[in-house]
Amino acid sequence: MSDIDEGLRSELQRQGIWVTSMQELYNWGRKNSIWPLQFGLACCAIEMIATAASRYDIARFGGEVFRPSPRQADLMIVAGTVTKKMAPQIVRLYNQMPDPKYVISMGACAISGGPFKQGYNVLKGIDRYIPVDVYIPGCPPRPEALLHAFMELQRKIDEQKLTGASKAAHLDRTHPSEFPVPAFGTHDLEPAANADVFRPMKIQRTQ
Amino acid sequence: MTTTIQTLEPAERPLQIMSSRLEGELLEVSMGPQHPSTHGVFRMNVALDGEIVRKLKPVFGYLHRNHEKIGESTSYLGSMPYTDRLDYFCSMTNNWAYALSVEKLADIEVPERAEYLRIILAELTRLQNHASLLGFLLSDMGAWGTPLMYAFREREKILDLFESLSGSRMMCDYMRFGGCRVDASADWLAQAKKIVERFPKFLDEFEKLIVENEILIARTQHVGKLSAELAISAGITGPMLRACGVNYDIRKVDGYGIYPRFKFRIPLGEHGDTYDRLMMRALEMRESIAILKQAFEQIPAGPVMNPKVKIRAFRPPVGEAYGRIEAPKGELGFYLISDGSPNPYRYRVRPPSFINLTILEDLCLGHTVADVMVILGSVDIVMGEVDR
Repeated sequence: MSDIDEGLRSELQRQGIWVTSMQELYNWGRKNSIWPLQFGLACCAIEMIATAASRYDIARFGGEVFRPSPRQADLMIVAGTVTKKMAPQIVRLYNQMPDPKYVISMGACAISGGPFKQGYNVLKGIDRYIPVDVYIPGCPPRPEALLHAFMELQRKIDEQKLTGASKAAHLDRTHPSEFPVPAFGTHDLEPAANADVFRPMKIQRTQ
Repeated sequence: MTTTIQTLEPAERPLQIMSSRLEGELLEVSMGPQHPSTHGVFRMNVALDGEIVRKLKPVFGYLHRNHEKIGESTSYLGSMPYTDRLDYFCSMTNNWAYALSVEKLADIEVPERAEYLRIILAELTRLQNHASLLGFLLSDMGAWGTPLMYAFREREKILDLFESLSGSRMMCDYMRFGGCRVDASADWLAQAKKIVERFPKFLDEFEKLIVENEILIARTQHVGKLSAELAISAGITGPMLRACGVNYDIRKVDGYGIYPRFKFRIPLGEHGDTYDRLMMRALEMRESIAILKQAFEQIPAGPVMNPKVKIRAFRPPVGEAYGRIEAPKGELGFYLISDGSPNPYRYRVRPPSFINLTILEDLCLGHTVADVMVILGSVDIVMGEVDR
């Protein structure tokens, strides 16, 4: 997304002059070198590996550098069922990632608990504790679906502004980049959800 | 992440040029649940003396998703998709083990063609499980990328077969008690035959990569030795048990399905070390190919589902049954207790990888921390099955 006049740009390009803006260049670089965190939870992780492997090859989109350390990662792919024992670790890993950071919630379990929602030990969606950028439905989603989510994330990064009132959240100093880690209470994880992050859709019931 | 510090016995204390205060103290390291090669959300608390493992405590439960409890509140048919998600590499064999238990419970017969299809799918599952295991194991050893890419190239071909038959790549949900859900077309069988015939080429290539590889031999031979006595007393099954030289394969012992009709050999190891466990998988794949080739020749025409079984409103008689099969990872069994209602009264899974994992400490003691990853990889675990 640029603020440069498209007509002027194409006219200059015809003369052999390539024009860009700082923001465009910066976002172009960022969106094509997203380093995901090498971190799988359950079944979806195998599809994540398949996406990185020979046939689907996420390297075509610049996302093949899976980093084992959260300190070097830009993207967390929450791939699989999040249990109540695992949720605090995931929030801690998210907190350890440097800004700007993004989250893809892969599969039904990471979105809402999926087929295991009725289980006593299953968290009903990781978006209760950390903000999620892209959701992929499916159980498990196909590698193509993960690639689609990756491209959606690239589009999202491309649209982020560096300056102005609507600039990207990670450039806003007041925006939190770490979130409280839930702990085990008497019955369940406490708090049950982070109210700053978790804004579920209000269900309108007609009388 | 270091916490407790313990001291060693004075006799074990190594003479090193270090400050006397640090000498011989154990360092406790927590590996996992987020670790590049723990095969899922598995955690090990390791006490290290330098690089040598002195103590190892596995921590489970990071993927406990209440499989058995959900199984008790779901109908018999409703549990079938959940079994896919136990060992998510081998959904077909999980389906078969569960279907076998229910068939035992309710005394259901399976048509001939369905038995053949089950064997074809189970052996294809074994091929893709062992192939990807070898890929992961080599990537744990530092061969990052290449072997895994080869393994996944072959795995994708088999997943294509699963997808065209059942509609899903990984979570096939294909078998039913009393047969299989849909019939395989002649085209599908021809395609499967083609893939199986080409598979030995991949195996030759892959074995060339691993068998005489100096680095691999140095990393795996005499590492993580398991004695036959310990393996038997701990209830280890599958390729891990056979790597110690114990001839025990449920396909031969029980002869479930129609396995007695097939000619195949059981590869056995000698030393029970990581190298033997690794080679066991490579040799088993060759035998799977032999079974598959026989099955493609013998498969008869006919129905794939027993028409007498009502799978939807299914109520087995009161009783209990234990059905087990030789899954790629070992003995996979389901124990079902029926009280005559649509849900099982008790639903218990005997997961091979959980029980194979119980001796991890015995395998790792005295080895370096880098070997722990290789030993863990050779045990072949899937957390969905370990924690359930």
